[in-house]
Amino acid sequence: MTIEDLRELAEKERDRQSQFTHRILYCSSAGCVSSGCDAVKESLKKTLDETGLSKKCEMVGTGCLGLCGEGPLVLVLPDPTLYQHVDAETARRIVVEHVAEGKKVVDHALDLNSPFFSSQKKIVLENMGRINAESIEEYIAADGYEALGRALTELQPEEVIAEIRKSGLRGRGGAGYPTGLKWDIVRKGKSDQKYVVCNADEGDPGAFMDRSVLEGDPHRVLEGMAIAGYAVGASQGYIYVRAEYPLAIDRLRLAIKQAEKLGLLGNRILESQFNFRIDLRIGAGAFVCGEETALLRSVMGRRGRPRPRPPYPSEKGLWDKPTLINNVETFANICPIINNGGEWFAGIGTPKSAGTKVFALAGNIRNTGLVEVPMGIPLRKIIFDIGGGTPEGTEFKAAQTGGPSGGCIPKEHLDLPVDYEALATVGSIMGSGGMIVMDSTASMVDVAKYFMEFCMDESCGKCIPCRVGTKHIYLLLEKIKNGEGTEEDFTLLQELCTMVKETSLCGLGQSAPNPVLSTIRFFRDEYTRLLKESPAFAANGGNGHAHAAAGKEA
Amino acid sequence: MAIVTITIDGQQLSAQDDQTLLQVAREHKIHIPTLCFLEGLSSVGACRLCMVEVEGWSKLATSCTTKPAEGMVIHTNTDRLKKYRRMIVELLASEGNHQCAVCVVNSYCELQNLAYEVGLDHVRFPYLFPHKSLDATHKDFVMDRNRCVLCTRCLRVCHEVEGAHVWDVAGRGIDCEIVADMHQPWGESDSCTSCGKCVRVCPTGALFEKGATIGEMQKERGFLKFLVTARNKREWVQQPEDND
Repeated sequence: MTIEDLRELAEKERDRQSQFTHRILYCSSAGCVSSGCDAVKESLKKTLDETGLSKKCEMVGTGCLGLCGEGPLVLVLPDPTLYQHVDAETARRIVVEHVAEGKKVVDHALDLNSPFFSSQKKIVLENMGRINAESIEEYIAADGYEALGRALTELQPEEVIAEIRKSGLRGRGGAGYPTGLKWDIVRKGKSDQKYVVCNADEGDPGAFMDRSVLEGDPHRVLEGMAIAGYAVGASQGYIYVRAEYPLAIDRLRLAIKQAEKLGLLGNRILESQFNFRIDLRIGAGAFVCGEETALLRSVMGRRGRPRPRPPYPSEKGLWDKPTLINNVETFANICPIINNGGEWFAGIGTPKSAGTKVFALAGNIRNTGLVEVPMGIPLRKIIFDIGGGTPEGTEFKAAQTGGPSGGCIPKEHLDLPVDYEALATVGSIMGSGGMIVMDSTASMVDVAKYFMEFCMDESCGKCIPCRVGTKHIYLLLEKIKNGEGTEEDFTLLQELCTMVKETSLCGLGQSAPNPVLSTIRFFRDEYTRLLKESPAFAANGGNGHAHAAAGKEA
Repeated sequence: MAIVTITIDGQQLSAQDDQTLLQVAREHKIHIPTLCFLEGLSSVGACRLCMVEVEGWSKLATSCTTKPAEGMVIHTNTDRLKKYRRMIVELLASEGNHQCAVCVVNSYCELQNLAYEVGLDHVRFPYLFPHKSLDATHKDFVMDRNRCVLCTRCLRVCHEVEGAHVWDVAGRGIDCEIVADMHQPWGESDSCTSCGKCVRVCPTGALFEKGATIGEMQKERGFLKFLVTARNKREWVQQPEDND
């Protein structure tokens, strides 16, 4: 297949779609699947058959429509109408009333002009609610593989990298390393073999951005990886995806097969000299395998334990070859950058944090779901305009970003712009995009304890500070939570947190104390209120330990 | 390979850029405490005791894995490092079941020496008293997991020097333990050659020879250096000074 054939295929698919007067897109991502979209699908199909509308109206399973808390969701096109809480009966009414008679089912329709929709800017998620998640033709009709075609026919690898550098794209896995720079390092590495790896081991509690992208638009990730492979000179790619995402794995498998069949992956892609294969590697459920050096060891079939860096994977990665490793969302940003140019992308967001960020909104918030916003947007806007604020009768208390590696941001900092640097100033991180909102009913000591329990369970056990330190932080938090903690315990807790943060081997341990340190910083009184008031010496049984601890950091 | 000039604790030194900071420091008799490191084995940077401060670096660096670069200024013994080293040994002391008075390596133990060195006069954390197993199924040796600090020296010497790879780590986090083959009794291991290297490199009394009683077992670590020299330089007779 040449690029001309690709464009012809796109035209043919667009023609096919234009035969239909209506398209019904039901959300087929994990959220809506679990709230019963299969029944909706059957009801839609049955009613379309009964009313004889199946020739005029196409129904399609699409990616995440965003408002996961109100699912199952159904979108009817043209004249976009989004329906919430759709059951079999509502599905029937959508066909009978909306499609056949042109009357909207008002009681289930959502207002698409509400801030939840109008305040978002969709780049990564642009195909959600546009295409069938399981059809490569529909992806191609939505300009899919056009970026790869352009890169292969019009751009030299260096020019692709220059475009990415111009865009200012930074790693969406959380740390925010400049993507173009990383690609450049791998490109310059001298080796007969290089690799491209996609990190899809999303494991933060409350985060489901990468899962939704893989489920709803798998080809975009494959295309981004192929462009990366062309740019850095790699011929083999791996997607490391966790086994807990069965739907994403199925869709990726299907997508790879489809792309290989059309010659968009494999040997001589689009009849160029470029070869690129992608294979899946399924994770076995260890959070630490999201850490890049542990992930690479796991891909190689070894125990997922991190190793000290340098050497970085871009110099010595898989089988000691230069390896490019990026997150799902980073790869999903590549096609629009190649299609629209780096400058266009750099114009979105802030000068230092370009583009958009996908967040998974969860917790005590009215609109639970997946949102994409330009970088630099105030936190307040995400939580109150898009998220609709906390449920009635409760007050906003804190937003947790970055999962177990991040921190809690209190009310005082609601006007903080959401970008890499600003979040770091308040002791949190951008992270991969989980955002958990807590209202006045939440206990911050509990929150810290919950995340510490998670880190303790997920520590690989290689380095001492993380293996034993997280255990003792957890025990100290439990002691304080039970009202048995003393002032000395509280001091020791902070001392231990700082030590674990500064001495741990990998990102897991280095960031594990963040939820504790940030809740102490902003909600100190919640801790001190729980401390025992009795004199330190007596509380410690007079064994002398109290003296030793009290002398420090007083 | 190039020669670079670095400063360690105010002392200007020249070093090869393919050495590690720890090697350079040791050559110049600058002491940096270590536990998981052992000359002749690969470095894993796991115990974090050898961490040093490098001026201009935001993070601490493990000297066993960091290579020198021109103009590097390194501090090996600041108050912060001393505090962290003490805490690391303190964490280890609370993690296992370490009873020096009844241990085979009493007064020859690296963990004990470290505790003296960092001034561990008391432990502020509660002892975890874990339920760990003891494997005495091997005909010559015993593995007592109560005394194990998970430095993985046994694992590395078995894999890298003996080439048998009997040992590996099972479990994760605080539940990690060293197991033989596919988590079976040591005595039933098909891969073990009974060479005893793991016993000699173990820093504590976790691995010991059967029949040893309290405070008897001085471990002979110079053999490893000898083995490496023997292979590289074909000197097959162990020199007495090799045995430190």
